[in-house]
Amino acid sequence: MVAEMTYIMAGFDMLLVATLLWLAWRLLSTPDIFKAVVLFICFGLVMALAWVRLRAPDVALAEAAIGAGITGPLFLAALRRMERLSKEERRLDFEEDRDADHSPGKV
Amino acid sequence: MMSTNLLYSLTGLVLFALGLYALIVCSHLLRKILASNIMSSGVFLMLVSTAYRAGNGKIDPVPHAMVLTGIVVSVSATALALVLACRVQETSNVTLVREEYQHDTSGA
Amino acid sequence: MLTTAPAKYRRKRIDPLVVLVFFLLAGVTAMLGRTICIMPQQMPGLENEVARHLHNSGVASPVTAVLLNFRGYDTLLEVMVLFLAVLGVWSLTRATFVGYMGDVSPVQLAMVRLLAPFMFLVAAYLVWQGSHLAGGAFQGGAVLGGAGVLMLITDLPWLPMVPARPLRCGLALGPVVFLSVALGCLIWSGGFLVYPLQAAAFLLVLIEAACALSIGLTLAALFVGGRPYGELMEEQPYEGGSGQGDE
Repeated sequence: MVAEMTYIMAGFDMLLVATLLWLAWRLLSTPDIFKAVVLFICFGLVMALAWVRLRAPDVALAEAAIGAGITGPLFLAALRRMERLSKEERRLDFEEDRDADHSPGKV
Repeated sequence: MMSTNLLYSLTGLVLFALGLYALIVCSHLLRKILASNIMSSGVFLMLVSTAYRAGNGKIDPVPHAMVLTGIVVSVSATALALVLACRVQETSNVTLVREEYQHDTSGA
Repeated sequence: MLTTAPAKYRRKRIDPLVVLVFFLLAGVTAMLGRTICIMPQQMPGLENEVARHLHNSGVASPVTAVLLNFRGYDTLLEVMVLFLAVLGVWSLTRATFVGYMGDVSPVQLAMVRLLAPFMFLVAAYLVWQGSHLAGGAFQGGAVLGGAGVLMLITDLPWLPMVPARPLRCGLALGPVVFLSVALGCLIWSGGFLVYPLQAAAFLLVLIEAACALSIGLTLAALFVGGRPYGELMEEQPYEGGSGQGDE
């Protein structure tokens, strides 16, 4: 029974580690930055699982709350702002006012 | 068989290396900030896995406290870096679109 | 647009400098990996030391004891770093993000209205729980900040509406309380951050509560990303001058 538990834990470790590395690899290599940010949020949540596995519940709580609740929205807000800026810039570059939905005043 | 803390330490190392590589190679500022976050996650993983020893029952709380502090500091650093990145884009003529490679702007 | 044709955007040729960086990093990683592998696996840590002095710390949770008592310096400086981050963000830019994102679905609005008080409750519980179990100022503060962000992205732009002075007082509350407790300890018991034994429990909970509030406000202020316009209710709008003399 104990040996079985050990094998199960080892398999869980492998799965967790593989997921972490795959998520990190994907989020650093995907060409779409939005996708990368979403993958980063997932990475934070899987990281929280890893903290639980390493018996660090304090760190897990902080990581889950901060990784999903703060860092992700920070990146998404910055991305939105950057895209709006580059859209405005592009609009100025090409002098073609296609839609009114990215006028500078609206957030 | 590989011990648990060794496995997680090596994972932290690989995460650190991945993040450092992306930090150097990628050009998009958001990607650089993401990469530095991955690096810090790797360092935290190494620290916490040194605190974890499967043999004796106790867990060293000092690295946990350090990592807890580090997580909050890395969030504030990330926020500052993101605002700086936005300012860079505002003040320079670099157009950082969603992708970090050249592609035709006609479709965008 | 992007995901449909990924093959089109593959990198055409490989930069030799990138290859160089790759191999350099691979070498460094291999060396570090070898160092990790030959590190002693059963090294005694500080857990016995912490366990021996835990009853003097005023809290029952070892991590909180390390954070606020044994290594209180780190945490004090860390709270200061958070404060400095807000100052940095505020000195860089004005808030362009005022909270209102356009169309908010009624489901989201109702959900946030239900969820936000619950999250405040969870944050308070986490802070209280920090003295004996997993939890504490950072976790509570993070949940508070998450609730704040959630309210900001729904149509409850509370932070830009807070007047300047209460907002700044709230942001500075954690560092100020922590620092004044530390200085008070210097006078009372002769050591910086050496808490008197009888009052340690109370002082730690006080610091934790103040820090949690400040951390939550700080995280929400960082999300807003810039100096909010709320202060325009009190101060004159200025054009390029230095109008923050009250700090």
